[in-house]
Amino acid sequence: MVHLTDAEKALVSGLWGKVNADAVGAEALGRLMVVYPWTQRFFEHFGDLSSASAVMSNAQVKAHGKKVIHSFADGLKHLDNLKGTFSSLSELHCDKLHVDPENFRLLGNMIIIVLSHDLGKDFTPSAQAAFQKVVAGVANALAHKYH
Amino acid sequence: MVLSAKDKTNISEAWGKIGGHAGEYGAEALERMFFVYPTTKTYFPHFDVSHGSAQVKGHGKKVADALTNAVGHLDDLPGALSALSDLHAHKLRVDPVNFKLLSHCLLVTLANHHPADFTPAVHASLDKFFASVSTVLTSKYR
Repeated sequence: MVHLTDAEKALVSGLWGKVNADAVGAEALGRLMVVYPWTQRFFEHFGDLSSASAVMSNAQVKAHGKKVIHSFADGLKHLDNLKGTFSSLSELHCDKLHVDPENFRLLGNMIIIVLSHDLGKDFTPSAQAAFQKVVAGVANALAHKYH
Repeated sequence: MVLSAKDKTNISEAWGKIGGHAGEYGAEALERMFFVYPTTKTYFPHFDVSHGSAQVKGHGKKVADALTNAVGHLDDLPGALSALSDLHAHKLRVDPVNFKLLSHCLLVTLANHHPADFTPAVHASLDKFFASVSTVLTSKYR
């Protein structure tokens, strides 16, 4: 469970309302694969990931980024019960997808960087701190059912 | 991990565009780090870490100047950072995990102020640069 103050919750939902979530998802997932190329190991079936521009323009990367961010956005609505919200996704990532939870932390930091890029001066240290709590909470929730 | 020729070009160009703001960004990255990761403050009990602190500004400039020096010696980071490496190993002994935290906050700061220049490829090169600097600074720890 993640503990955000009322001020932090307001910051998070206010700023989330200002961004294009689908674009954030696509950009974050794309940058994950460009900055940490070993994360491409889960996406060999996505086609051409051979360069930064290939990754960022890849239609499957964008579609998957959108899917991922929609789950993340769902988490934003259930900050008091992230473990419950992400329970079946956690099982899926462990049992079927075999994704090391370290990747959730890396993607969480990519989301932070994209938000900073898009929001500019609105992305104050306080805003960053609030969102870092959220991405850490989501990453822990996704790792929770691992065995 | 090796910095490719393209990485070195990306790093030099990106740092060139930062120009005179490097000190300011160093301070902002530290401020973000202290705020977001409070455990990092344990290395600065003697600092006022509040917003606008002169000590944080001064230290941000120090960090930025060291990075600027590193950018000028991408072909020999161990040589350029040797004295700092000794300092961190024998005197400061900052736990290696903290270098990742500061590196992340530096990237957040750069993305914030230079969105157009902070392309995925440049982001990747800068991440590698900060990781390389971190590796050199912790290389003599044991």
